[in-house]
Formats: sequence, structure tokens, C-alpha cells
Amino acid sequence: MTTLWILLTGMLVAASCSLVGCFLVLRKMAMIGDAISHSVLPGIVIAFLVSGSRDSLPMLLGAAAIGLVTVFLIQLFHQGGVQSDAAIGVVFTALFSVGIVLVSAYTQHIDLDLDCVLYGEIAYVSWNTIEIAGIALGPKAVWGVGIALLLGVLCISLFYKQFKLCAFDPALAAAIGIPVALFHYLLMSLVSITTVASFESVGAILVVGMLVVPPSTAYLLTERLGRMIVYSIALGCVSAVAGYYAASLLDASIAGCMIGVAGALFVLALLFSPSHGVVWRRWRQRRLAEAHRLEAH
Amino acid sequence: MSGWLGLFGDPNVRWILFGCMLLGLGSGVVGSFAYLRKQSLMGDALSHAALPGVCIAFMLTGVKSLFVLLAGAAAAGLVATFGIGYITRHSRIKQDAALAIVLTVFFGVGIVLLTQIQHSGSGNQSGLDKFLFGQAASMVGTDVAVLAVISCVLVAACALLFKEFKLISFDPGFARGMGFPVAVLDHLLMLLFVIAVVVGIQAVGVVLMAALLITPAVSARYWTERLGVMVALAGTFGALSGLVGTAISASGNNLPTGPLCVLTATAVFAASVLFAPGRGVLPKALRRFSARRRLARSLAEPAEPALRKEHVQ
Repeated sequence: MTTLWILLTGMLVAASCSLVGCFLVLRKMAMIGDAISHSVLPGIVIAFLVSGSRDSLPMLLGAAAIGLVTVFLIQLFHQGGVQSDAAIGVVFTALFSVGIVLVSAYTQHIDLDLDCVLYGEIAYVSWNTIEIAGIALGPKAVWGVGIALLLGVLCISLFYKQFKLCAFDPALAAAIGIPVALFHYLLMSLVSITTVASFESVGAILVVGMLVVPPSTAYLLTERLGRMIVYSIALGCVSAVAGYYAASLLDASIAGCMIGVAGALFVLALLFSPSHGVVWRRWRQRRLAEAHRLEAH
Repeated sequence: MSGWLGLFGDPNVRWILFGCMLLGLGSGVVGSFAYLRKQSLMGDALSHAALPGVCIAFMLTGVKSLFVLLAGAAAAGLVATFGIGYITRHSRIKQDAALAIVLTVFFGVGIVLLTQIQHSGSGNQSGLDKFLFGQAASMVGTDVAVLAVISCVLVAACALLFKEFKLISFDPGFARGMGFPVAVLDHLLMLLFVIAVVVGIQAVGVVLMAALLITPAVSARYWTERLGVMVALAGTFGALSGLVGTAISASGNNLPTGPLCVLTATAVFAASVLFAPGRGVLPKALRRFSARRRLARSLAEPAEPALRKEHVQ
């Protein structure tokens, strides 16, 4: 049963992250996930200090709120003339520092382990269950991430055309009257919710990895957005399952192994993708050169 | 106030203050070039990517000596920069995604190795993760000496090769045309970057090292349009952040040093955003206000040339 829940959680995280990750990769905002997953720390700590409990809901709300603040600040500085990657760097490191200072100032005697908040352990998901009216409903993580996935699927399938246009040609989107800023913030809210819902249970590194690595792999395999999303979700799920078994084989961190497998798949795609792979491209070039030489004879 | 003065009397604290100040200086200077080359987040990626290097160095040697771990981290950092370069050059993945991929995959592998080390139960592995989260307060004389020497080397290298680095930051094509070895200079700058990150992470930690590279440089950019001034300012801001952050941390309230240095740097950044002449928010608003008043006044008074025209008619 434990195995099943871990696999299910892993696949849900992979699917929801890959879904929104595709748009991040296309819009050249891949590092946003990394930024959000670090900068939510003060939100979690403040929610913890205000509510006084380790209950998930206030922490999730605090984290999601700070996630949106992060995105807003990044956008603000970017419009003020700071390069976008530098804006990301300034904002998330500052918020993360605030979080660490808050942790060490106020929560020294309270059980809020920094490692646990930041590097939630997917191996423990099946012990952290919820019950409503006495009926066991399974692990909390599955519900949280499942709801995030549902929300993502709902938003993106409803506004697929708008998201697509904003990803590829924001200027055209603005010209034909699509509220580009609104969709930017909608996408960022989805990223924020997905990140926050996932990382508490599986750890920041798995979330950040799943946001970027499977979509990039899929980006090397196809030219169509619809297929890219499907491929990246599939690749994410495969990495989650294979990573889990690799971890039990090696007796090592599950999240680390999942990312490792996703990375290996990326390297494979980088080298051997039929359309963009380095090896095939070189092979085609050599064949073309040979054909050219034969013609010249 | 006597507490503050007392701080400087304590030799241990004095060492740490000195070390953090030099670290801020070096990383501010190197970070300026990274900012101009749009590689600000490289520091973040490299500092995460150091984890597998540290683990492998520890697994191979079995000792937790500073030099071995630093060498491992530097090697992993170089592999990571090579990987990022390879991905961006040979595929259509953009730099931001390449950074994120390398960061997460390296860090993931690093976590796998770390759990392996922990499970293998070699007794003295504890503290290996501390190496990554930074403990400025536990630095001893030799650590600070290493930090100081390396920071000086960084600043000296940037000063000596200032003209070359300036050229490849602004116009690499022109530099190539002039006959400069652009690829070598590129790699040299990356090497300096890796060195800055590697010496910094043991003092302030993975995430916060990225801040010391980015924030002073971005703040300095607000004050000037000249590279020389910007680099000097970034170094000053970095040194100030290191000094003030460490001083606050050491003045007894038991707060960690790294985050306080970063928050000081952020405060400098906020001040720059608000008050920098030219690009700051307040001076801009003032200029706009006075321009609007001038315009209103000139609209209220009848314009001279138009009057003259009427006379002619």
C-alpha cells in the first residue's frame, strides 16, 4: 500500500508540474519554479506563527500568498528595467533569507524543521493521512496535489488557445485583445499553487525538477504544443515510477532518484531525439556531405 | 554601543567579519560581469550543482578536509557550466531552462549520493550537509585565510583583465574581431565565478551565495552607467553587506550570518531602487512632477512666437 501511495503521489506531482512547466519553458521562465519554492518559506513560517499549529491549510495559504507576492515583485522589478533573471535572483534570495531569520528567531523551541519544510520526504506520504467524518481518505499529499492537478487541467483546457498564444507570441496576443497580464498571473498562480501543494509532501527539489526537466525533454521531441504537454506528462510519470524503483534498489533518496531518471531521459532526448538530437543531426549532416561529394564526382 | 565595539575586540569575530567582508567584495565584483552577461542565476545553479562534487570527493577520500571538498565542488561546478553551455549551444533549449535542468539534476544526484553516504554509515559524515547550508560562525582562522586569499585573487584577476572582460561582456563579436581569445576569456570568467561560488557556499550557504553574486551588482547598476564605477560600487556594496550582516549576527541575538548578509544587501538594493539618481523611483517621480509643472506653467502663459505671428498678419 505504501508503494502504491508513493507512486501515485509521485505521478500526480510529475503530471501537475509537467503541465504548467511546459508553459514556463516556452515563456523562458524556467527558474520561476525554483524561485517560488524557496521564497514561500517566510509565508509558511508566518502562517505557522499566526495560526500556532502545523496544520497544512494555513501554511498552504501563507505559502501561496507569498508565491504570488514573489511573482508580482519579479514582474515589478523587471518592468523597472532589471533583467528578469536578476530580478528573480534578488527577490527569492531576499524572501528566503527573511524566512530563515524568522525560523531561527522565533521557532527555535518549536518543532518546525527547516529541512523538513524544504525537503519534504516523499517516503512518508502514506503516514500523513486525512480523515473526514471518520472515513480514511488516504494520504493528504494525494489530495492536495490531485486538487492542484485538477485546477491546472481545468484552467489550461478552458483557456488553451489563450495560453498558447501568450506563450508563443505575447505581442500578437495583446494586439488581438487577449488580456496578456491576466493570463500571465493566472499561469503564475497555477505554478504557485502546484509548487506549494507539491513541495510540502515531496520536497522542493522534486517540484523544481519536474517543472522543468520533463517539459524540456518533450520540447526536444515534438513541434506541437498539445503533444509536448502529453509527452511531458508521460515522461514525468515514467521518471516518477522508474525513480521509485531505482531508489528502492539503491536504497537512496526517492526524490533524488526521480530527478536523476528525468535527467537521464533528458540526456537521451538531447542526444537521440529524431528531430533535434545531436547524434542524428550530425549523422544527417555527414550523409548530406557524402551525397554532395558523390554528386560532385 | 559598547557591545559593538567589543565585537571588534574578539579575535574570532574579527576574523569572521573580515572573511565575510572580503567574500562580499569578491562576489560583488565577479557578479557584476555575470549580471551584464545575463547570467545572474548561474550562481544559484552552480552552488546547487556543487553538492554531488562534494559528496563524490568525500566518498573517494573519506576525509572531510576543506580543500578536498572545495576541489570536488569546483570540479562539479565546472562540469555544470560545461553542461549548461553544451545544452544551450547544441539544442533549442534556452539558457534559463538549461540552468534549471542542470541545477535540479545535479542536486538530485547529490541528494542520492548524500543518502548513500549516510546509509553507508561512515562515522564522520555528519556535517557534510552543513557544508552546503553554510556556517559562517564556525569558520576558523584557516578558513578565513583561504577565503581572504581567494577573494583577493578574484578581485585582482578582474582588475587585471578589466578591459578584456568589459569587451566580452558588451560585444563578444567585436572582441573576436579584435583578436582577443574570447573562448578562453569566457572560460576564465566562468572559472572565477565557480571559485567565488565554491568558497562562498561554506560561509553563507547554497541559496544565499547566489544573492551575494546578484544583489550587489543589480544595486550598483542603478547608480551608474559606467562599468568601472559599477564594479567598484558592487564590490563596496558586497563588502558592506558582509560586514554589517556579520556584525548584526555576532552582536548576540543568535541569528544566522548568511541570511543577515543577504538582507543587508537587499536593504542596499531597496535603497538603490528608491533613491538612485537617474534610475531610482523617487528621483524619477520628482523629475516627472517638475516637468509636469513646467508644462502646466508654459500652457498657462500665452506662447511668445504665436503672438508675434499674429502681429505679422
